[in-house]
Amino acid sequence: MTDPNTPPETMTGAEMVVRAMRDQDVDLLFGYPGGAVLPIYDALFQQNSIRHILVRHEQGAVHAAEGYARSSGKVGVVLVTSGPGATNAVTGLTDALLDSIPLVCFTGQVPTHLIGSDAFQECDTVGITRHCTKHNYLVKRIEDLPRIIHEAFYVAKSGRPGPVVIDIPKDIQFASGAYSGPGAIEELGHKSYRPRVRGDRARIEAAVALMARAKRPVFYTGGGIINAGPEASRLLREFAQITGFPVTSTLMGLGAFPANNPQWLGMLGMHGTYEANLAMHGCDVMINLGARFDDRITGRLDAFSPGSRKIHVDIDPSSINKNVKVDIGIVGDCAHVIAEMIEVWKERAYEADAAALKAWWGEITKWRSRNSLGYRNSTEVIKPQYAIERLYELTRGRKTCITTEVGQHQMWAAQHFHFNEPNRWMTSGGLGTMGYGLPAAIGAQLAHPDALVIDIAGEASILMNMQEMSTAAQYRLPVKVFILNNEYMGMVRQWQELLHGGRYSESYSAALPDFVKLADAYHAHGIRCADPARLDDAIREMIEYPGPVIFDCLVAKEENCFPMIPSGKAHNEMILPDFSGEVGNVIDAKGKQLV
Amino acid sequence: MTPRNRNETMKSHYTDPTEIQLPERRTYCVLVDNEPGVLARIAGMFSGRGYNIESLTVSETEHEKHLSRITIVTSGTKAVLDQIEAQLDRLVPVHRVVNLSAKPAIERELALVKVRGTGEHRMEALRLATAFGARPVDATLESFVFEITGASEDVERFINLMTAIGLVEVSRTGAAAIARGSEGL
Ligand SMILES: Cc1cc2nc3c(=O)[nH]c(=O)nc-3n(C[C@H](O)[C@H](O)[C@H](O)COP(=O)(O)OP(=O)(O)OC[C@H]3O[C@@H](n4cnc5c(N)ncnc54)[C@H](O)[C@@H]3O)c2cc1C
Ligand SMILES: Cc1ncc(C[n+]2csc(CCOP(=O)(O)OP(=O)(O)O)c2C)c(N)n1
Ligand SMILES: [Mg+2]
Repeated sequence: MTDPNTPPETMTGAEMVVRAMRDQDVDLLFGYPGGAVLPIYDALFQQNSIRHILVRHEQGAVHAAEGYARSSGKVGVVLVTSGPGATNAVTGLTDALLDSIPLVCFTGQVPTHLIGSDAFQECDTVGITRHCTKHNYLVKRIEDLPRIIHEAFYVAKSGRPGPVVIDIPKDIQFASGAYSGPGAIEELGHKSYRPRVRGDRARIEAAVALMARAKRPVFYTGGGIINAGPEASRLLREFAQITGFPVTSTLMGLGAFPANNPQWLGMLGMHGTYEANLAMHGCDVMINLGARFDDRITGRLDAFSPGSRKIHVDIDPSSINKNVKVDIGIVGDCAHVIAEMIEVWKERAYEADAAALKAWWGEITKWRSRNSLGYRNSTEVIKPQYAIERLYELTRGRKTCITTEVGQHQMWAAQHFHFNEPNRWMTSGGLGTMGYGLPAAIGAQLAHPDALVIDIAGEASILMNMQEMSTAAQYRLPVKVFILNNEYMGMVRQWQELLHGGRYSESYSAALPDFVKLADAYHAHGIRCADPARLDDAIREMIEYPGPVIFDCLVAKEENCFPMIPSGKAHNEMILPDFSGEVGNVIDAKGKQLV
Repeated sequence: MTPRNRNETMKSHYTDPTEIQLPERRTYCVLVDNEPGVLARIAGMFSGRGYNIESLTVSETEHEKHLSRITIVTSGTKAVLDQIEAQLDRLVPVHRVVNLSAKPAIERELALVKVRGTGEHRMEALRLATAFGARPVDATLESFVFEITGASEDVERFINLMTAIGLVEVSRTGAAAIARGSEGL
C-alpha cells in the first residue's frame, strides 16, 4: 500500500489508465487504436510492463480478452476507440455478459464539450452498452478516473463476473490529476456492490441433510464452478467422491469435474447424454452448483425434473427461482459453499443411502449402455464425431485448450472431446456467437504460451472473424484452427430438416474460400484431409507444426447432431442417434416457435 | 419412464397442482447512488426484461451522500415481483431495495387536475373537490385546476369523477412511499 504521507503522484489521464492497469496486475491487453484513444496509445508506447496485442477487429479484441480471462481466471482487458470501435465491441461485451466473463473495456470518447453534438465518431457508448455490460462509466472529471478504474476491476471480477466499460473522453485523457491506487476499494470495499460470498449456514445444513436422505441424487454443475476458481473444482471432486453421487454439467461447466471419472454422466441438456438427462428427469434430489437453469437445460419447464427437491447454489440471487422454483436456494460462492457442505457432511457423519444409490446407479448404467453418443462411422468419409474423437486421442497427455465457434461442431466438441481440468474449454454458450473461437484461441494461447490451443470451428463461423489469423501470425501464436467443414451451416440445416421440411433456405455455405490457400495467405500452414484413413497423420502434422495452422477437415455433409431434446419437449423425450422415425414430425407447432 | 411413487417428504413444488399466481401490485423503495445514468439503468432494466412500471418517482434525498430514493410501483405475479427485486438489487449503484408492500407503509401521490365546466357542473366540481380534500390552485370563470394529494386509488377515483364533469388534463407525480413507525430504511 502507498504511504499516506507521500504526496499523490500527478499524471495525465492516459498515464493513469496505464498505471492503474499495472496496479491491477494486468500484463496484456487487446486493442485497436483510433483518434479518441491516441493519448492512451501514446502512454502505452512509453512503457514496457504491459503488452498490447493488436487485433484486426474490435469484436476480436473482446473475444480474445474473454479467451484470456476464461483460461487464466484473470480479468481480460480491452482498449478501443470511440464510435465504430465501441460499437464493434458490443457483440463481444454481450457475449461476456451472458457467459459471466470478467472484462474491463476502455473506450475512447469525443472530448467532453463535444458530447451530444453528433461529433465525428461520437456514439452514446454508455447508452449503447448499458444493456450489455454488468456496469459502465462515463468519466467526466479527471479526479474520478483512478477510482473508477479500480472500481471497474472490482466490479468485473466480484460476485457474478461480467464486462465493465469505461468511456473516457479525449480531454480527460490529456488532463492531469492526482493518481490513487487500488487501496481504497481493496480495504473499504465498494459502497453499494458487495456480493455475498458465504452461504447461509442454516440453509447449507438443510441442503446437506436433504442430500443425505436422497435416494436418486444428481449434481448438476455449471459455469459458476469455473468462475469460482480451481479450488471449487477440487472441492466438487471431493464432494462427489465422499457422497458417491453422479455428476453432470452444463456446456459452460465442462472440465470442472473430470470426464474420466466413473461418476461423470456427460453433459446434460439439449445435446446432452441420455443418462445425464434421464438422471435429471428422474432424480429425487438435484444439487445445482453454479448453473442457471438455462432453457437449453430445462426443455419444457413444466415437465422439468418433476419429482425432485432442488438445491441451488449461486452467487447471483437473481439466478435463484428465475426459471425454476427451487426448494433450497443458497446465495454464495461455489467454493465457499461446497467447502461448508463437505464440512457439514463430515461433521454429521452422514452417509449416503447405499442401497438406494446402488439401485440408482443400476438405472444409470442401463441408460448409459444405450450409448447415446454413438454414431455410424464410415471408411469413405470423415464423420465429424470421429474427427473430434481422433483429435482428443491424439492430443491426450498434452496441455490442451479447446475453443469453439458455434454450431454442430461446437456440440460435437462438447460431446466427444473430454475435459479433465477446468479452464481448458472456452465456448460461447449464452449468446452463441459465431466468430468467437479464433480470437478466444488467441487469448488462451497468450495466457498459456506452452499449451496446444485448438479452435474447433465450422466453415461458416470461422469466416466471421477470420481476419484474426493475421493477429496470430503477427505474434507468432501457434493456434490451430480445426474446421469441421460440412459445407453447411450445419446447425441451421439440422433445424430446417427437423422443423421446416428439409427446405434448406440459405444454409448452404456457397463460394467457400480455399482454406489451405487462405492459410498460406495468412502466413500459416494449411492442411486438408477428407480421408478417414489419413486423418491421424494429418492431425499429427497439425499438432507438430510450430506455427498457426488451418486444418480443413472435410466431413460428412448432412450429419445431424444427436442426441437432441427437440424444443418444447421434456428430458425423457430425446431423439437418439439411431432414431428411425419421421424426423420432420418430432417437433409440434408450439415447439417450432421456440429457439 | 414410469412414474414413481413419490415419497411424501420429498414432495416438489411441481407435483402440486400448478399454483395459479394472480398479478399483484407492489411498491419498491430503492436507495441508489445519484450518479449519471442511474435512472436509465433502472428504467432500462424494466423495459429490457419486460416488467411493468406503473409509476416511478425519483429525487435526491441525502445530498451529502449523493443518495437518491426511487419509488417504483410495479405489478406482476409473485415470481415476477421477486425477480424484479433481485434484478434491482444486483445493479451496481443500488444500495438497498425494500418491498414496502410487505410492511405497513404510507403511499401518496400528488395530481394537478384541470376541469372545464360552467354553471352546475362548475359547482359540482367544487363540491366534489371539497369532499376529496382537493384544493383549487387556479380558477377561471369556466375552469379549475385542483391539487389533490392522496393514495393513488383516491387520486384515481377523483380523476374518474372529474372525467364525468369535464376533465381537460391531468399531471400526476407517481407515488412516493415510506414505511410507518420510527425506523428508517
Ligand atoms: C448451439 C448451442 C447449443 C447449446 N446446447 C447446450 C446443451 O445441450 N447443454 C448445455 O448445457 N448447454 C448448451 N448450450 C449453452 C447454453 O445456452 C448456456 O450457455 C449454458 O447451458 C449455461 O450454462 P450454466 O447454467 O452453467 O450457466 P453460466 O452461463 O455459466 O452461468 C453461471 C451461473 O453460475 C453463477 N455463478 C457465477 N460465479 C459463481 C460463483 N463464484 N459461485 C456460485 N455461482 C456462480 C452465475 O450467477 C450463473 O447463474 C448451448 C449453446 C449453444 C450456442
Ligand atoms: C453471429 C451469429 N449469426 C448467426 C447465428 C445462427 N447460427 C447458429 S449455428 C449457425 C451455423 C454455423 O455453421 P458452421 O460454422 O458451419 O457450423 P456447423 O453447424 O456446420 O458445425 C448459425 C448461422 C449465430 N449463432 N451467430
Ligand atoms: Mg458447417
